[in-house]
Amino acid sequence: MSTNGAKPKFAMYWAAACGGCEIAVLNIGEKILDLDANFDVVFWPVAMDAKYQDVEAMEDGSITLCLFNGGIRNQENEKMARLLRRKSKILVAFGSCATEGCIPGLANLSPAQEVLDTAFSTVTTDNPQGLRPQYDYAMPEGVIHIPAFGAVVRTLDQVVPVDYYMPGCPPESHQIAAVIELVIKALHGEAELPPRGATIGAGVSTVCDECPRRRNVKTIQQFVRIQDLANTDPTLCLLEQGIPCNGPATRNGCGALCPKAGAQCIGCYGPAEGVVDYGARLISAFASVIDAKEPEEIERILDGIPDPAGQFYRFNLAASLLRAGKAAWSNGRPAVN
Amino acid sequence: MPRITIDPITRLEGHGKIEIFLDEAGNVANTYFQIPELRGFERFCVGRPVEEMPLLTNRICGVCPEAHHMAAAKAADAVYHVDPPPAAKKLRELLYSAFYVTDHTTHFYALGGPDFVMGPDAPVAERNILGVIHKVGLEIGGKVIQARKYGHAVVEIIGGRKVHPCTSIPGGLTKGITEEQRKEIEQMGRWAVEFAQFSLKLFNDIVLGNPAYVDLILGDIYTHKTYYIGTVDANNKVNFYDGLVSVVDPDGRRLGKYAPHEYTEWIAEHVEPWTYLKFPYLKKIGWKGFVDGKDSGVYCATPLARLNAADGMATPRAQEEYERFFSTLGGKPVHQRLATHWARLIELLYAAERWVELATDPEITSPHVHTVPTEKPTEGVGIVEAPRGTLTHHYWTDERGILTKVNLIVGTTNNYAPISMSIKKAAQAFIKQGVIVTEGILNRVEMAFRAYDPCFGCATHSLPGQMPLRLTIRDAQGREVAVVER
Amino acid sequence: MAENEQFEPVIIGFTCNWCSYRAADLAGTARVKYAPNIRLIRLMCSGRLDPTFVLKALAGGADGVLITGCHPGECHYLEQNYKALRRYLLLRRTLSGMGIEPQRVKLVWASAAEGVKLAQEINAFVKEIRALGPLNWPRWDGTEAIRAEPAEVTA
Repeated sequence: MSTNGAKPKFAMYWAAACGGCEIAVLNIGEKILDLDANFDVVFWPVAMDAKYQDVEAMEDGSITLCLFNGGIRNQENEKMARLLRRKSKILVAFGSCATEGCIPGLANLSPAQEVLDTAFSTVTTDNPQGLRPQYDYAMPEGVIHIPAFGAVVRTLDQVVPVDYYMPGCPPESHQIAAVIELVIKALHGEAELPPRGATIGAGVSTVCDECPRRRNVKTIQQFVRIQDLANTDPTLCLLEQGIPCNGPATRNGCGALCPKAGAQCIGCYGPAEGVVDYGARLISAFASVIDAKEPEEIERILDGIPDPAGQFYRFNLAASLLRAGKAAWSNGRPAVN
Repeated sequence: MPRITIDPITRLEGHGKIEIFLDEAGNVANTYFQIPELRGFERFCVGRPVEEMPLLTNRICGVCPEAHHMAAAKAADAVYHVDPPPAAKKLRELLYSAFYVTDHTTHFYALGGPDFVMGPDAPVAERNILGVIHKVGLEIGGKVIQARKYGHAVVEIIGGRKVHPCTSIPGGLTKGITEEQRKEIEQMGRWAVEFAQFSLKLFNDIVLGNPAYVDLILGDIYTHKTYYIGTVDANNKVNFYDGLVSVVDPDGRRLGKYAPHEYTEWIAEHVEPWTYLKFPYLKKIGWKGFVDGKDSGVYCATPLARLNAADGMATPRAQEEYERFFSTLGGKPVHQRLATHWARLIELLYAAERWVELATDPEITSPHVHTVPTEKPTEGVGIVEAPRGTLTHHYWTDERGILTKVNLIVGTTNNYAPISMSIKKAAQAFIKQGVIVTEGILNRVEMAFRAYDPCFGCATHSLPGQMPLRLTIRDAQGREVAVVER
Repeated sequence: MAENEQFEPVIIGFTCNWCSYRAADLAGTARVKYAPNIRLIRLMCSGRLDPTFVLKALAGGADGVLITGCHPGECHYLEQNYKALRRYLLLRRTLSGMGIEPQRVKLVWASAAEGVKLAQEINAFVKEIRALGPLNWPRWDGTEAIRAEPAEVTA
């Protein structure tokens, strides 16, 4: 492994994340050799032992490419977002958590205190004193700290400026490989990077464009729960069979893997190009194709979607126009982070 | 008190921090292993439809989403009181076995393995997967990539995607497999069995063939006598997907076996206010603190625990290795935590053999993979063995199947107490008055947690070996007395 | 807020060009008064109403949103007001799931001749919102994504 510092530096970091983005990067297989040949990996906690202090000691802007995945849930996540922004030339919001909050963003429907209270009072939790995590706790030997829990989950660009967005939960490996190849070529002057602020590693249209299922003019007369269908037609559009598929509002680039496997798209690639609020677009799409005119009939059909907030904002709540449910902040005061 | 802070701990999944406090003599007074993260699945899954749980809980962990997917699927089946058709259960277990191969492979070759294969004091630049490859040959790197590739290919064929599978629904699966796909899966499985045997041979030659490493494994520093739990089938053999959870005491005596719906009688979680994670313990014994022994409710749930808690392995080659393991290490149960690396490879072999077994099952290509639930949804528990421990999902729903309450006890969580104890014991053994704290010393402390594979399998190769770390050791007045860098 | 001050809701009204906007015009020329709390935005059709507009209004400080369109069967573009109805009903359910009172968004049909009726509906809605109280959605720091400055990429 060359350590002469001549190669551009690479970093990958996970904030409030699950590790799936790391696995997706590893799943590029042999392509990772190209990453290794062209970059010096200087910080990647899952894989090697550089510590926070080492990042602090690096020169500002010395990391050429930083893939930042995970949402901003606590103070440590925020600190690392700011630190890596300073130290990096190109900062990519990598994966759904960093670009739009992803599934942990659903916590924004509740007050943060409730999130903590729930975890520390489950049916198996032995906590008669009602203890909660203390950010600074005095032990006999000294005070120890854990990072403060934020009021809401935030996306990376709600904290620092972001250069590129790579959607997906996780981004599919063939897309990651393509992006790495592009960056390597750009470093050698053989290709140009897209303009800053662009979404990379994905299409500009929707999942429907990649889905092989047969589509007709839609006249939805009911929404069903997927487990209640005795025989699904593997060749017909899932939405037309009443299964609430998020394909119509979700960005393509994944290859429509879930509908191909018989499961509805749940929206992990985020909004299509130019969409301001993912949930609003999906609401519009579903409403447009419902085949009913009378309010009572419409309501009956809509009863088939028992959890609209989750259905329409499953991955995108933190990045949406409202960003959170009302319960996440109180007394009309803005949430303090 | 002066302290050494390791932040973040590395080569595992997730975030963690170790604080090591030194007394005036320079010995370790105490250590604290803190988990600084919490995302709140138990809260924000409330209000969601139960059929989404195999998809939502995938995102608890992207390294072992398959584990959450399966636990959630089984819990959702239980909520609806529906029994999936046999082909669906076999397909789920087949996916799960292939996943196990990928996960245990990455842990051994890139996470825990380098400490062993290269040695705990090897130069930092070599003590990683690249060093392993240089030592044992480039061919190995290719094999490791292939093992992961094959395993994830099976996950994608049956589960729809390589990461965050999507095909499990209450009552079964959204689709089955074709004969062509079955053949492909079988072929990859047979290769995986050979790879697993190769890995065990590697361990045998490089680790067990080295007396210094054997001393390390058998020594007291990394040894804890605790309870052990793991899922077993009807014959008390290790099973990752289904069965009852067997609990054995530090002498190896079986305390009992519990079914998923009985877990609340066995497991409780202790709270400390200086960390976001809780410490599960055995309810019947009680929480007595971070201590070993029969009177302490601390238990372990790892590959080592599973082998201790079972009577054997369900496939022939793995069973041979199981017997050799215990006869080499002096009988059951084995308490040396570093032996977990070996136990993990035996599980790797079992997973590969089970992969082939299921891929050649006559029912596996059956198109009948879903039973429509007919009963009202209420409450259900699903348990599987995640690679790093017993995973429990417990859901309560309303009459529409919308979640009203969720309880999760996740794989590594089971081991939070024993990991904390292992870190402290190692720190106390290696950091002492008069000892110059080198990075090799610090690595030996980190090795204490790595044996548990705290959730993540890492790069297959090609990562730099620099492990930069800077310690500032201060005296009681806060003056800097030493700076150690690596 | 002082005790003798009344809370004055901010209402955004999306009115369709062919019916309800003309009704608002008619109210004006007939000097039928309606509450000044409402700011009208003209759409060519209620079917043009993207739920995004409603969310942007609420996130941006509105306490209520009124959507008006042609009566069912009278849409200038034939059937698009039914789309508006369906979007509205689904949006309300979603807002409810997010803890926002669904009554803050209301759909009203009004033909071009119904100037008085529209004025009455507007006044009623302002009263309803006044009773609900202000929404005061937080102005999160930086609602726009922050874009980085262009910079050289060098190997």
